[in-house]
Parts: sequence; structure tokens; C-alpha cells
Amino acid sequence: MSFEYAPAPESRALVSIKPKYGHFIGGKFVAGGKHFPTINPATEEVLSQIALAGKAEVDAAVKAARKAYTTTWSKMSGKERGKYLYRIARIMQERAREFAVLETLDNGKPIRESRDTDIPLAAAHFFYHAGWADKLEYAGLGTSPKPLGVAGQIIPWNFPLLMLAWKVAPALATGNTVVLKPAESTPLTALLFAEVCQQAELPAGVVNILTGDGSTGALIVNHPGIDKIAFTGSTEVGKIIARAVASTNKSVTLELGGKAANIVFDDAPIDETVEGIINGIFFNQGHVCCAGSRLLLQENVAEEVLHKLKNRMEKIRVGDPMDKNTDVGAINSKEQLVKITELAAAGDAEGAERWSPPCNLPAKGFWFAPTIFTGVTQAHRIAREEIFGPVLSVLTFRTPQEGIEKANNTPFGLSAGIWSEKGSRTLWASQQLRAGVIWANTFNKFDPTSPFGGYKESGWGREGGRHGLSAYLKGVSHE
Amino acid sequence: MSNRIDVKKTYKLYINGAFPRTESGRTYEIKSAKGVFVANPCLASRKDLRDAVVAARAAHSGWNKATAYNRGQILYRIAEMLEGRRAQFVDEIMQLTDVTKVKAEKEVTDSVDRLVWYAGWTDKIASLAGSTNPVAGPFYNFTIPESMGVVAAIAPETPSLFGFIDVVAPIITSGNTVVVLASTKAPLSAMTFAEVLATSDLPHGVVNILTGKKEEIAPWMASHMDIDALDISGLPAKQHGPIKVAGAENLKRIHSFKSADPGRIIAFMEAKTVWHPIGL
Repeated sequence: MSFEYAPAPESRALVSIKPKYGHFIGGKFVAGGKHFPTINPATEEVLSQIALAGKAEVDAAVKAARKAYTTTWSKMSGKERGKYLYRIARIMQERAREFAVLETLDNGKPIRESRDTDIPLAAAHFFYHAGWADKLEYAGLGTSPKPLGVAGQIIPWNFPLLMLAWKVAPALATGNTVVLKPAESTPLTALLFAEVCQQAELPAGVVNILTGDGSTGALIVNHPGIDKIAFTGSTEVGKIIARAVASTNKSVTLELGGKAANIVFDDAPIDETVEGIINGIFFNQGHVCCAGSRLLLQENVAEEVLHKLKNRMEKIRVGDPMDKNTDVGAINSKEQLVKITELAAAGDAEGAERWSPPCNLPAKGFWFAPTIFTGVTQAHRIAREEIFGPVLSVLTFRTPQEGIEKANNTPFGLSAGIWSEKGSRTLWASQQLRAGVIWANTFNKFDPTSPFGGYKESGWGREGGRHGLSAYLKGVSHE
Repeated sequence: MSNRIDVKKTYKLYINGAFPRTESGRTYEIKSAKGVFVANPCLASRKDLRDAVVAARAAHSGWNKATAYNRGQILYRIAEMLEGRRAQFVDEIMQLTDVTKVKAEKEVTDSVDRLVWYAGWTDKIASLAGSTNPVAGPFYNFTIPESMGVVAAIAPETPSLFGFIDVVAPIITSGNTVVVLASTKAPLSAMTFAEVLATSDLPHGVVNILTGKKEEIAPWMASHMDIDALDISGLPAKQHGPIKVAGAENLKRIHSFKSADPGRIIAFMEAKTVWHPIGL
């Protein structure tokens, strides 16, 4: 006898998507010139036409942000600023389901994740930072912390609203105004956020949202009227930004790529570990900069872990992101699917062994089955390059020291996972790992109070917690 | 006495606790403020820099693992050794920069005091820069700052001793190791300071000192892929841009400072956040 899940689709009646969107500049929606489509990656349905911001729009947004900064926002007391952030947090909570549905339609991530992770965390981020606005002088970041001015913020497509919250909330709490560009393929929740700003009666120009592609991002990065660049995305683009602002006074924070090791020691609790491995690599289709994409198994438990991992992978439900029972949704874009496919092919070509559970992928849309590669060596491309998809590379090690050395053998240093029941070993490993976020006996946990960010080529600075505030304050010499 | 011929010192580099000449065989001439020949210090080469980085990288694990208390005592020991050799430093500063004795003495005093100040920071900075984070879930979550690794630095031209110490001390306080280029015109203080370091129980390779030209060494430092961070306080502001461009290749953390504060230590530390579930 077999039990099948009945379809459990979330209703999309809650959202109304306009056929065409403009930019949000100076508190108003402004019609755009050129447009490009944004699609639902699960169906390839065109959801709306999105405006492409050029020089004139960037100039207008920076001007609006500067005006809001000098006339309103920098003069307002922290107490009052904080109240706007509290309002935003509350409205986001009220409209959470609408945001979740919109996020899933535009991004392809399972509704279970947008509903239970992305949107609640985004609202929590505003709520947390609201409370900082009138307490900055107690943050240990100088006795008289001052905002930088206008922040240009460029965010990725993997957690569209959450990344917006990570950028906008600390910037506003510290007294900066922002010009934000959501990713080309996922602009819809940012545009809905603009409506939230209107409902919250946020002073005009404090938040400006420009849609567009990489060319719009470059205009923001190079705009002389901007004091701060905050970017989340690829290491490649991060380096371009670092060079572009080298001779300017702009301060920069970068949250870039990763190739996180997830290390399983032989005393690990195997069942929990398998759940952690699944969450580490298949959460959000593996479109996660801190994904546990390199699984390092201690040799004497490798066989057992792999056996249980494959059993567990056979139960992953891939398909309609709007179905409440779906675990893995659609790949965000055709471009990303091509990249994942190419890197997985390199894994085959270089001699690693590919395995996927049988699964029926929908005919339309962009899909990639959950995949593991065994027999991976450190020289393989799939062990060195960020795949940003549901593909796990499995390596083994004999001694704990060897495990750490393999884990640290990467130019990245964003996150790492440790699985062990032994407290002293867990703490030892977390001390040895060169990464900004260490998950011990857990993975992919996020919280506004917890600083997030990487070592080495995974970026500059931290987001979240007390540490994240320094990215938006003047006179903090370690920024 | 007046017929005695002085025994003059050969000024060399300081790499991995030893005093090698530059492998390049290159030197340059320095003169006193009055124009009299003083010494032929080494004009360090790119290979010397690489050797110094190898030494610094090898020394990082031990220095980083040393207890903060131990690092504090060693920094304090450096101050003790410097205090004991005041007269020599005062003479060298006066010889090369033509300052009054009172001013030279003040520079040495400030240098000793600055070292003592940083010695006291080693076991306090983590309490200041770290945190426990009350996440919304059953997890113990804490943020610990730790050293970055190998930091390269350009010391300012003047004051040649105080400026040098002001750059080096905050970098090594947290457990980083350093490769530092001394003042070009007045390198004697730094090279004599190497002798202080060599007698202060500082592990070999924690501080490595080069002499030479900024315009040669700084770009090599910026493009070296095994250097994690760069302090360019000693470079003129107009040279910061090109150095930052070169340093972007491995996303070096590049900073310059105008004053001493704990932020200067924190600038060369990474914040590591550790999560662990709480449960029965």
C-alpha cells in the first residue's frame, strides 16, 4: 500500500500583480521607459513587465534620497525613526501571506519556505533594527555614531525580500537613506515593499527602489552622490565593485559566494546529521551562498551516512512551488539552470559519480533534480566552484585534522557545518574553521540578532546583530 | 679614546626571527639630517616579501593559539626591552631626523607607553568586540572575534619609531602576524627595534620587517594572494586607490588610520558566529 500526497496548492488570489511596474522614487511610483519581463520560473508564465532604470532614474533616485537625508531623516530623532521601522515590520507581518505568495511566484521557491522562513525573518529584521534606532550610542561603536548618508544597495534573487530587509533595516535604523535595486529576475516583492513604505507613511525619498539589470547596478555603484555600497551577490561582481570604488570615499560591505564544508565526524548523531545535510544543500534549491555544498564525511561512517542520505533524498518532493508539500521548487532562471547543468557535467567529466533519486520534473519551467556526487577530490571544479544549485559534492577524511584542512582549502569562508556529539571536538572544530558562520549540529539558521558574513573572498563586513550596524555608521574605524 | 675606530652596524632585514641581507643584494644609502653617510640598509625585493609572508603564515597558527594573557605578557616584555634601550633609540632618531633631544625622548616614551597600552588589550578586545546573540529559537549563539591571519603594513615615514609601533602593535595584539615595511628615509629605529623584538620572547615570524621603497613593496603586498589584510596608514592618500584595486584580487581588508583606538585592533579581526542547539 502506498500513500500519495494530494495536491495542496496555496491560493494566488491574495496577490494582484500589475501588468507593468515603474520605479519607486521620492515616495511615488514613477513610470519607467524600457521594460523587461519577470517570469514565474516554475511555469515560464510572464508575471509582469518591469522597468529598466537608466542614468536619469538613478540620478533622480539618488537626488530624492539625498534630499530626504538632509531635510528629514538625518534630523529626525532615533526614537521617531525607530517607530517608522516598527510600522514597517507590523505591516509586513499583516501582509505576510501576500508577500509569501508573490515571492514564490516570482522566485520559484517552495511556499513553505517563503511563508515560514523568508517573510517572517524579513519582518523580524525590521522589528529588531527598529529598536536600535534610538540606542546607537550604546552599541559600542563610538560615543557619537553618525550615519554615512545615501546607501546604494544591490541585492540578489535567492532571498529577494529577506535580502532587502537585511539591507534596508540597518541602513534606516542608523539614519541613512537608501536607493535599492532588487535582482532582475525577482523584483516583485521589493515593489510590494514600496507600497508598505507608503502605508507606513515613511517620509518620501527615505527608501527608493529602482528595478533593472547589471547596468543599473553599475550606475548605482559608480554614482558620485552615493556614500555607501552594500552588495550581496557573486564574488566575481564583488571584486568588480571593490575595484570600482577603490579611489572613492564610498564605504562598502560585500556578502559574496561560498563553498561551505559540512563536516561529519564519526561520533555524529547520524539521523539528525542526514536531516542537516538535506537542509544544508537542498534548502531553497541550493540557491544559498552559505549552502553546505561540500559534504566532508569521516571515512568510517561515510557508507552509513551516504546510504541514509540517499534514502532520505528519495523522499524529497520536487515540483510546484505553490504546493504546500513541496520541498524543492524551481531553479530561479534559465541562466542559472545552464550554469548548474554545466558544472554538474564537469563533475561527470572529471570522474566523480553522480546520483539523483528518481523524480518527475515538470515539463515547463526550470528544474534540476537533487543531486549528489561521490568520489569528489579537492581538485574537482564541483569541489572548488560555487554551483548555487541542489548539487552536493561528497569528500571523505580520516582524521579530524585532515577534515579541517580540507574544509579550509577554499578561497571562500562564509559558513561551515559541524556534526559531532562531543562538545570539546565541536568547539575545537569551530575554532579551527576559517568561516564567519559556524553551524554546529544545525545548518542554515538565520536571525536578525546573529551577525552573518564571511572571511576571505566571501566578502567584507557583517549583516545583523550589533556588528551589522557598524557598516552604516561613520567613524567606526573597523568598518 | 678619540683614536678608536667605531664598530658600525650592518642594517639587515628581520625575517622569521633572523637578520638576513636582502636576497637581491640591493642596498640604498641613507644620510644623517646633516648630510653625513650613515648606513646602507637593504632595498628589499619581491622575493624578500614572499619569504617574509611564508614566515608570517607559518607563525600565525601558534601566535593565534597563544593565550591572550601570554600575548599580553610578550607585548609588555617588548615594552620593557624598549625602555631598557632608550638611549640608542633617542640617538638614532636625532641622527636621522634632526629633532631635539627632548622631542626624540618623547617619541621613545610614547612608543613604550603605546606598547603597554596594547599589551593590556590582548585579553579584553574579545569581550568588547564579541557578543552573545539572543536568537529566536533554542540555540546558543555567540560571536567571537579572531585574528585574520597575515597582515602587511606600511609604516609612516615619521615619526619613524612611534609610527612603526603604532602600526604593528594593534595588528599583533589579536593574534595576527605581520610583514611591515619600515620608514624609507629613517629605517634605523625599525631595524634596531627588530633587536628588541628578538629578545622579547616573541615567536619567530610574528613580526617581519623589510626596508626599501614604498612604491615597489606596496603594490607587491597588495597583489600577494597569501596576505589577508593591509594597513596602508604609511602611504600617501593618493596611492590608496591603486593599492585597493590590486588588493581586490583576493578581497584583502585594506585600512588606514589616523589615531589609536580599539577599532584599530578590531579592523584586523574577523567576527565568527557559532550556533549550537540547546536540548536535553
